[in-house]
Amino acid sequence: MSQVLVTADGVPLKTSLARAQRRSKLKAVALVAPLFVFIAVAFFVPIIDMLFRSVENQLVGEVLHRSMPLLQKWDERSGELPEEEVFAALALDFREAKENKSGGRVGRRLNYEKPGFSGLFRKSARGADRMEAPYREAFIALDEKWGDIENWRVIKRESAPYTISYYLAALDMGYADDGGIARNSEDGRIYLKLFWRTLWMSLFITFLCLILAYPISYLLSVLPTAKSNLLIILVLLPFWTSLLVRTTAWIALLQQEGVINDLVVWFGLVDDDNRLAMIHNRTGTIIAMVHILLPFMVLPLYSVMKTIPPSYMRAAKSLGATPFTAFVRVYMPNTVAGIGAGAILVFILAIGYYITPALVGGQSGTLISNFIAFHMQNSLNWGLAAALGAILLGVVLVLYFLYDKIVGIDNMKLG
Amino acid sequence: MNMTNENPLVRFVDIQKSYDGVTLVVKSLNLDVAKGEFLTMLGPSGSGKTTCLMMLAGFEPATHGEIYLNGQGINRVAPHKRGIGMVFQNYALFPHMTVWENLAFPLEVRGMGKDEREAKVKRALEMVRLGAFGDRRPAQLSGGQQQRVAVARSLVFDPDLVLMDEPLGALDKNLREQMQYEIKHIHENLGLTVVYVTHDQSEALTMSNRIAVFDDGIIQQCAPPEVLYEKPENAFCANFIGENNRLRGKVVEEVNGNVKVEVDGSDATVEAVKIKVEGVGARATLSLRPERVVVGPKKGEMANIFPARAEELIYLGDHIRTRFTVCGHDDFIVKIPNSAAHAHLREGETVDIGWNAEDCRALDPSD
Ligand SMILES: Nc1ncnc2c1ncn2[C@@H]1O[C@H](COP(=O)(O)OP(=O)(O)O)[C@@H](O)[C@H]1O
Ligand SMILES: [Mg+2]
Repeated sequence: MSQVLVTADGVPLKTSLARAQRRSKLKAVALVAPLFVFIAVAFFVPIIDMLFRSVENQLVGEVLHRSMPLLQKWDERSGELPEEEVFAALALDFREAKENKSGGRVGRRLNYEKPGFSGLFRKSARGADRMEAPYREAFIALDEKWGDIENWRVIKRESAPYTISYYLAALDMGYADDGGIARNSEDGRIYLKLFWRTLWMSLFITFLCLILAYPISYLLSVLPTAKSNLLIILVLLPFWTSLLVRTTAWIALLQQEGVINDLVVWFGLVDDDNRLAMIHNRTGTIIAMVHILLPFMVLPLYSVMKTIPPSYMRAAKSLGATPFTAFVRVYMPNTVAGIGAGAILVFILAIGYYITPALVGGQSGTLISNFIAFHMQNSLNWGLAAALGAILLGVVLVLYFLYDKIVGIDNMKLG
Repeated sequence: MNMTNENPLVRFVDIQKSYDGVTLVVKSLNLDVAKGEFLTMLGPSGSGKTTCLMMLAGFEPATHGEIYLNGQGINRVAPHKRGIGMVFQNYALFPHMTVWENLAFPLEVRGMGKDEREAKVKRALEMVRLGAFGDRRPAQLSGGQQQRVAVARSLVFDPDLVLMDEPLGALDKNLREQMQYEIKHIHENLGLTVVYVTHDQSEALTMSNRIAVFDDGIIQQCAPPEVLYEKPENAFCANFIGENNRLRGKVVEEVNGNVKVEVDGSDATVEAVKIKVEGVGARATLSLRPERVVVGPKKGEMANIFPARAEELIYLGDHIRTRFTVCGHDDFIVKIPNSAAHAHLREGETVDIGWNAEDCRALDPSD
């Protein structure tokens, strides 16, 4: 047994050490605390809130709080309408809903599931005051949709506090008449196509950025500092201009009556009647986004290349490698860290990019983020927006995981 | 004087080099390197040594002149076709490859078969005593080990000529000395031709067959180490190599190959061999090695005997390094052997010191 070491005044060494370190630990925690709080409030909370919203479904149960518990006893496969007591409770619910004006919201919520609910609920909230027993007949008299078992199935399903219907909608699926899950009909499929387009366009944009950025970064890394600083300023110049201005500039350049088309026509490369469509479509989105995201590829590449001594290439050549072999076998592998960092940065920015595709994307160039924004701002279907966002997040995480498996995150070098 | 050689392996003819078109970094370089020779380019930093090596390796074009390798002009031959091995100052080992892969690289790009490759890599690794380190990455090796890998890699494809640019510059003193011997032995065992660059004169003296002393883009002298040390041809070489006492003055008399020089700041006249001075009236620097000075010589025994005051004594075990003031110069160093005869010298004491005329060389006035 070793003796417990003590300091000169008899306190065990470990205790004394811990005491000495406590203050510096506290200091370190105090230093990061503001940022931690900020990130928690501004980043984690919204993400958790978004994930919650994509499944949250309290509204129907809350507003129709008398009728929904009774409805749970109803067997939707019986082929019968619910009992009279459900209708009676529903009438009370509607009277209360009219008071606090919540009927429209429930109607709108159910309308996502099946068109027609919005009008039905507005009408019923107005008519519930004048209803008398028997309520079942009164409701059906008000609107015969109340006699449709199918509608009751939807109501019962969505009275549960949590739902996967937003996710189903985000994946172009829905409930079939028999209550099972089925894909939408051909012309009702939007989002999968958009996810796919977002994915390949982001990959393509990342690839283009890499191809364009690699030679520039190489040039920057071999030039004397005075010259490379000047060039870096040119690379960063886009950052100093408003995103909107830059995007608008692309519109001026690329539109049918724009500078490039004028030049091409003037040189006689195409007829005046067949001016190139380079904006408000996929091409426009790709051109503008590559331009905007290029610096995010250049900077990590440059910072990695800067650290590669020129003697590596010389050594490879002195060992008998042709310049090409030396480049591929010695130089490129040493830039993998920069390629990885730049590619991930550009890809993640591209996959969530919003303004540029909205302005120059037209029909064929919009991305999933534009639809998320649409559901948040126009259709106010936050649940669907949240589900789309959550799926996007999931895709990014999966790709990130794959990247880690294949390249290794540790190899990434951001600067 | 360059050693003339019938069949030099490397031949620099009238090489000039300028990077900016304004200043010449290398001014008229003429140098032959014989097969099997260990030639060192020695000079202060910025004197153009690396530039010469880079021109030979093919990484910098010569502004003027021609370089011959085995009698063939190579100015227009790409670096990878020259077949010259090279060790870089920072080793330039490829960090993403293991030691083994680093060594196999030159063999792979030559299209050598797997078996032959493995045999060669193995032999090269054993030569530098790193047989067990093949699987390591360069970053997992110590500086000395990395250095040995760099040497092995430059030799693994059997080049006739190997260039080394300050290969030991990053090592500590003990390791450096050990590596000097190892490189020297490899050179002898393999019959290589080595062009070696260093700014460390003791390294150059230890390793070389011949040393080319560079200053300001010009070879000041190119000679074997002992000639360079014993018979420097100008003040720069005398000063740069080994320890040297300098006395400045003016030639007052010239007698059969010797000159008499009146030393500045005193009326003493020193007799020295005339090497690189104009006649009477010209200024000169006298050069004298500290170990050639005798303390307390008999009168008339030596041509130059002067009273000197001991200013500082440093005990170094085998000898005592003493700084004297003599002939008005207070930085005159003498190495006194640590024998009973000289044990009594004290600081501030004045004694006679002397040296022979043939040990003292009258050189250019330099700066
Ligand atoms: N690539 C280069 N571009 C411009 N000047 C250079 C370059 N390489 C070396 N020089 C200049 O040439 C001179 C000689 O350099 P160098 O050959 O590296 O000397 P050494 O190796 O003897 O220290 C120095 O003044 C240096 O500044
Ligand atoms: Mg150098």
